[in-house]
Amino acid sequence: MSAPEKEKKRSFRSAKRMRDIMTEYYINAKTAPQTGKKVAWITSGGPVEPLIVMDVIPVYPENYGAMIGASHMGGDLCAKAEAMGYSPDLCSYARADIAAAVENGGPIGGLPRPDMLICCNNICGTVLKWYEVQARYFGVPLFILDTPFCHTEFPDQARKYVRRQFDEYIAFLETACGRPFDEEKSLEVGRLSIEGQKLWKAVLDATAHKPAPITAFDAFFFLALIVTLRGTQVAVDFYRDLLQEINERINDGVFALENEKYRILWDNLPIWYRLKWLSDTFASHGACLVADTYTTAWCGSMKYIDENNFFESIVEAYTRIYLNIGVDEMVKTVFEMIDKYQVDGLVIHSNRSCKPYSFGQYDIEKMVREVKGIPTMTIESHMTDERSFSESATKTRIDAFMEIIKARKG
Amino acid sequence: MEAIRAFHHVVDDPLKYLEGVSLRKKAVGYCCSYTPEEVIHAAGLHPFRLFGLSPDTGVADGHLQSYCCSLVRGVLSDVLTGRLDTLSGAVFPHTCDTIQRLSDIWRMNTKFPFFADVVLPVKLDTPSAREYFEEVLAKFRADLEKGFGVSVTDASLKGSIKLYNLIRTSLRKIFELRSASPGLISGAELNKVAMGAMILERETAASMLADLADELGRLPAPSPAGRKRVMLVGSLCSQPDIHAILEKAGADAVWDDLCTGSRYFDGLVREDGDPLTAIAERYYSRIICPAKHSSLTARGENLLKSVDTHRVEGVVFLMLKFCDPHAFDYPYLKGFLDGRGVPSTLLEIEGQLPPEGQLLTRFETFVQML
Repeated sequence: MSAPEKEKKRSFRSAKRMRDIMTEYYINAKTAPQTGKKVAWITSGGPVEPLIVMDVIPVYPENYGAMIGASHMGGDLCAKAEAMGYSPDLCSYARADIAAAVENGGPIGGLPRPDMLICCNNICGTVLKWYEVQARYFGVPLFILDTPFCHTEFPDQARKYVRRQFDEYIAFLETACGRPFDEEKSLEVGRLSIEGQKLWKAVLDATAHKPAPITAFDAFFFLALIVTLRGTQVAVDFYRDLLQEINERINDGVFALENEKYRILWDNLPIWYRLKWLSDTFASHGACLVADTYTTAWCGSMKYIDENNFFESIVEAYTRIYLNIGVDEMVKTVFEMIDKYQVDGLVIHSNRSCKPYSFGQYDIEKMVREVKGIPTMTIESHMTDERSFSESATKTRIDAFMEIIKARKG
Repeated sequence: MEAIRAFHHVVDDPLKYLEGVSLRKKAVGYCCSYTPEEVIHAAGLHPFRLFGLSPDTGVADGHLQSYCCSLVRGVLSDVLTGRLDTLSGAVFPHTCDTIQRLSDIWRMNTKFPFFADVVLPVKLDTPSAREYFEEVLAKFRADLEKGFGVSVTDASLKGSIKLYNLIRTSLRKIFELRSASPGLISGAELNKVAMGAMILERETAASMLADLADELGRLPAPSPAGRKRVMLVGSLCSQPDIHAILEKAGADAVWDDLCTGSRYFDGLVREDGDPLTAIAERYYSRIICPAKHSSLTARGENLLKSVDTHRVEGVVFLMLKFCDPHAFDYPYLKGFLDGRGVPSTLLEIEGQLPPEGQLLTRFETFVQML
């Protein structure tokens, strides 16, 4: 295959398909009042499957936060939230969403108004405060799924507590929707959720291939469906196609980088407004971001899921996700990823917007250096507030980091 | 006043006091008002509040980014530099994202004989959360028994509950006396009394507080004219100097919503029935910290109630920089105050206070608005 042909093939046909699906999804959500469907806002780590069973449209302010960031609209919206009294030190997703709700801001002119709010605190304490703000603003019911933090273990008391809350969650939905939970449909949704997660895992696993067929930057993009449409046939079909496309690329010798020399692991959320710039900057050194700790969170708890007992086993799966465990537990995952993807360096995104993800990173960094002996670097930002980012300082640091890797590896 | 000097003494050098206490009994550090202190005390241990007051926090930079609050940075520095070596361990209730990670970093970088996470529920308003709360307390009791080789009996728990009720009753009385007559003692003195109660051996604290409450109750109640009545709202106030500057500007902080104030002494524990159930129940009815959920407007309603009860003319929000739970609540609480025409101002603190002149000007400007 000639070079221009390869370059052409490097853009994903699945990317267009995903944009189409997301457009249709947002149109459905925005026209819910006309179609009589209910809309629930839900946190990114929350159990969406019961909403799918109840035919409620799940809407993710965090997904919208990513879109706002990628559209470079975060700085403006965050500034508006600050004018409302919210500190610039708060999560930029939360600030952007709070302002977007008030003025229908952001790339699609605001999210559809929620009929209910579902907040699962397995990702942070910020979502609790954020959803309280929105519950006061919209005057709609708020369900809090409280998943006790599992520093080193998942005690029986916590298991029982979360298990009871799943019953409460379903009762909450039955009241909100005025109809009973469909047990039969829940089996199908559970099956599709597992299948979607398996396919997502297979997509991410594909980058273990050297050279990598896709990058973590691609994963950040393709993540949207496993977050928003988990438990649907649409997500399963999409990831099956994407996986096929990735396998075709491997067969055709079309890889993410023309000449992959170095492989990098990324920690924390993406910097949404500099995805392309970061991708290009690393690529200019022959470095490919092959994996990240963030997108794996949407298949990282599969070890706890029992396919024959989905709605019982997700109690543990939703409680023991990557952000709801101790730093020493997290580092085990980081070590596994370093080995699995054979990476040459770790890039730590110190994310001012996400304290539970970021505090402890220095300890992880130290252990990675000591145990795995690979170089590390830190980039600081607010993930969706572009005002906080220094491109020139970051470029200098990336260049220096890549010099170390080159000197080590040759 | 002699009764107050002893509190000053321990607040001015809490670590020295800790050294003395630890020769007599084992001490367990904590840094959150949701720590079930009665259970620690009933195990024959000394609960010691960590304020992270040491000025040099450089060692924390190796573990925590610059956007971590000064409380957590200070506590971590204290422990990593060996200043807390006389502790036998620490307990971390689930508070905020930052303290949760402090717990991890503490556990991974220190070698005390005892360590416990007390992962309390975040919501306090449902039957399942309350059942879980009690189960976590029972687990904590068992952890202490195992960790220290002691037995925490119902009788010892009831004794500790009584003692803590005395402490809380006396603290409330002292705070209320001062609200009625702010000239009785200064705000800085009151701040030190409250902090001292979390540092001193609790038997000592209980008797000193009772004596102080009696003494203040007997004093003539001065009420100088022309002074303004304000309330402090935020996480904690571990810098008594704030009061002196506020008072110089013509206002007295007559009440607060702080974990070094009303959140510490609010609500008593029932002295009959199952002691762990009773301890848990106090937390459901107590004024909540913004890291917990009871209702969407619980804190706003409590704020207005305090404003009414204590004839508060203005509110100073005392924000620890990078404290997310409080920062999220600020606009809504301010909205509640605006709705009632109560002026407020926001003071953000990171580590040390701003220069006195600057702070004085800010307070003077605010007081003039009242």
